This record gives sequence, C-alpha cells and structure tokens, in this order.
Amino acid sequence: MIIAIASGKGGTGKTTIATNLAMCLQKPVRLLDCDVEEPNCHIFLNPDLDGGERATLPVPVIDEGLCNNCGECGRICQFNAIVSLKTKPLVFPALCHGCGGCMRVCPTGAISEEGREIGTVETGTSGHIEFVQGRLDVGQAQSPPLIRAVKRHIAEEGVTIIDCPPGTSCPVIAALKGCDYAVLVTESTPFGLHDLKLAVATVRLLHLDFGVVINRATPHDVMVREYCKKERIPVLLEIPDDRRVAEAYSRGKLIVEAVPELRESFERLCCAIISRIQHRDAAPIPCAGTTPGVS
Amino acid sequence: MKIVISSQGNTLDSMVDPRFGRAAQFILYDTETEKFEVLSNQQSLNATQGAGIKAAETLSGRGAEALITGHCGPNAFQTLSAAGIAIYIGADGLTVAQAIDKFKAGELRTAQAPDVKGHWQ
Repeated sequence: MIIAIASGKGGTGKTTIATNLAMCLQKPVRLLDCDVEEPNCHIFLNPDLDGGERATLPVPVIDEGLCNNCGECGRICQFNAIVSLKTKPLVFPALCHGCGGCMRVCPTGAISEEGREIGTVETGTSGHIEFVQGRLDVGQAQSPPLIRAVKRHIAEEGVTIIDCPPGTSCPVIAALKGCDYAVLVTESTPFGLHDLKLAVATVRLLHLDFGVVINRATPHDVMVREYCKKERIPVLLEIPDDRRVAEAYSRGKLIVEAVPELRESFERLCCAIISRIQHRDAAPIPCAGTTPGVS
Repeated sequence: MKIVISSQGNTLDSMVDPRFGRAAQFILYDTETEKFEVLSNQQSLNATQGAGIKAAETLSGRGAEALITGHCGPNAFQTLSAAGIAIYIGADGLTVAQAIDKFKAGELRTAQAPDVKGHWQ
C-alpha cells in the first residue's frame, strides 16, 4: 500500500503530514523522502542513517572505432544531449536523461553506457519507522532518476509513505507514479488554492485516487472547503492554525507528540486513507494509459 | 564565405539578438554574393534544453563558417568549435548590417572560450 503526500504549493505541510502519519501507522511502515532536492523528514524523525548508496544515471559512451558518423544518435535524442555533425558524436552528460535511445538506434553498436553519479540513497530506522531518503548532489539538475532509485525501496508489505517534492512537474510525476493514493496538502490561502487546483489536475491525469488535508485551517477561511465540496473531493483532515503546532514544527518535533489531541486526528486520517484504498481495491479503477511529463 | 548572425528580426536592419541558442532567428549571409536568407531557429526555441547545441547543429547543416552573436555558452561553444564554425561575440547593440560591416573590416573579436555560463553547470 503506497500513500503519496503531495501539494502543488511548497511549504503547505507535506513533511508534517508524512512524518506524523508514519508515526501513527502500525508496523510495518516505511517512509520514503522523495523530496530529494531538500529532504527534511529526517529533521523530525532523527533516523540513524547509513552511509548510503550512490545512485547513477546511465549516459552514453562512444566507441569511436565503431562509429560511422551516421548521426542516428543525435536524431533520436529529444534532449540535445548527443549531437553528430558528420563527425564523431559529442555527448553532453549533464543534459542526458538516460533513456538509452541512442544506444538502441546505433547501427554499429558504437554506444555503450556508463553511470553518472547524481546523488545518494540513504536508509535507516526511526523507532518503528523504516526510513529511506534521496539526497541529490549539489549542481545536479535532474531529480527523477534519483526519485526512482529511492522508490525501489518501496516495501512489499505494510504501508509505504512517499513524501513528494512540491510542484507538478517531472519530479512530482516520478514520485506519484504507481502510488495507491495521494494526499494533497494545502493551506487556505489564494496561493494554496491556486496550486491545489494544479495538483488536483495532475493526480486526475494520473488516475490516482486522492483527498485533501487543509493545514493552518481557520473557521473563516472557507475557499478551499468550498472548492473541495464543489469538486466532490474528500477533505480528510483539517489541522487548526494553532501556535503549539508551529512551535513543535520549529523545534523539529512531531505534532502528534506535542499536541496530543491531534494524535487522534492523525489516527483517523490513517484509517480513512487505508479504508479508501481497500474499498478501491474491491472495485479497481482503470489504469493510466498515458502520463504527463517526461523525465 | 557564409556567415550567420543571430537576429531579433528578419532584415539586415534588425538588431543582433544577444542570445545564440534561443535567438529569435538567424540571418545567413554570403559575403561573396552579398545576399542573405533567414533561418528559422524554431527547433531550438522549442527545445526544453540544449538550445545552443541544437542551434549549432542547424548552422553546421547550412554550411556556416562563422557566427556573429552577443554571447556564447559552453555547450554551444563546444558544438560550434567541433563544427569548425568561428565564433564572434560582443555584437549585441548593433544591427545585423553593422555587424556584417564590422566583420568585413576585421573589427569583431573571436571568442577563445565561452563568455557566459551554461544553464546546467
């Protein structure tokens, strides 16, 4: 069972939901921090991390003795990462997305692949939570391959929670693909609502079942509630705009520990999501045929 | 000799486009016949990345021997160099016609290295 925590807008509380949800779920539970450009779940969970494994992206290497300068490799590359000017091809590894197309179309077998290091996948434990995070190397522009490397640690049993990066572009698609359910975290502000609509459009394109959590909710901010009602989107939880929550967050503490009455809310959230996924499994929805974004 | 100028418009009175990879278009000028034609740069403008590489490939395919532009980044520089195209930078602020005159008078400087950073490095 794979539950993704996504948002659209950054800073709405994805990590807060992911970490507190993991804390309230029963063993076995695994949390994957796929926000690999700035993973921060570890701040709240203090896992004992191992040294990590380096993640690589396959990039082409040309055997100039075999190359006949035909240019097929450059013609298939959609990322301008390899170009042949009637000469031996030039390769720009930083632009390569590792699709392997050039190697496949090369008629002389002149192209092989080597791994270009892009980041680290670290694993550890925090109490009953099995923890995995990706850490993209500084200066790397492409996070989806590292996100996919982190996702190879999805647990076969129990619940895996995926803390997604913000936004709706390739890294988010890479994190969301294959999940059973998406929790979209928002805040009741015009920016929050604007980006929530983008996130809703994204998960609908991916044919993912989803619900919304409203963070920093106040009684008078009704626009997100009204939007969800109109769109028939379940509001799974509202976290009140409570100073104790902000203080716990700023000290790197979990709110289910700092604000005891919220523990019950999170336990209800766990039950709501799990029963929704189990209900869905009884009557499966069609799989996504095509998915947006390339990475 | 065929030279290419990155251009904001499609006449010799147009301003030189300071960008190479994402130039609005290119003017391909023949110094012997003094005729020119406009080359589309649409493929590079549409590229999500590697616009300079793609543009250099386009120019190479059209037999350009020299390029006049404003600035040139590392990937474009490497590709243009591999294609044997001489690179003249610093022509921003000139019209295409003025840039051609300065080129003919030998007043433009060749770039020995990229003068701006890449977007991905």
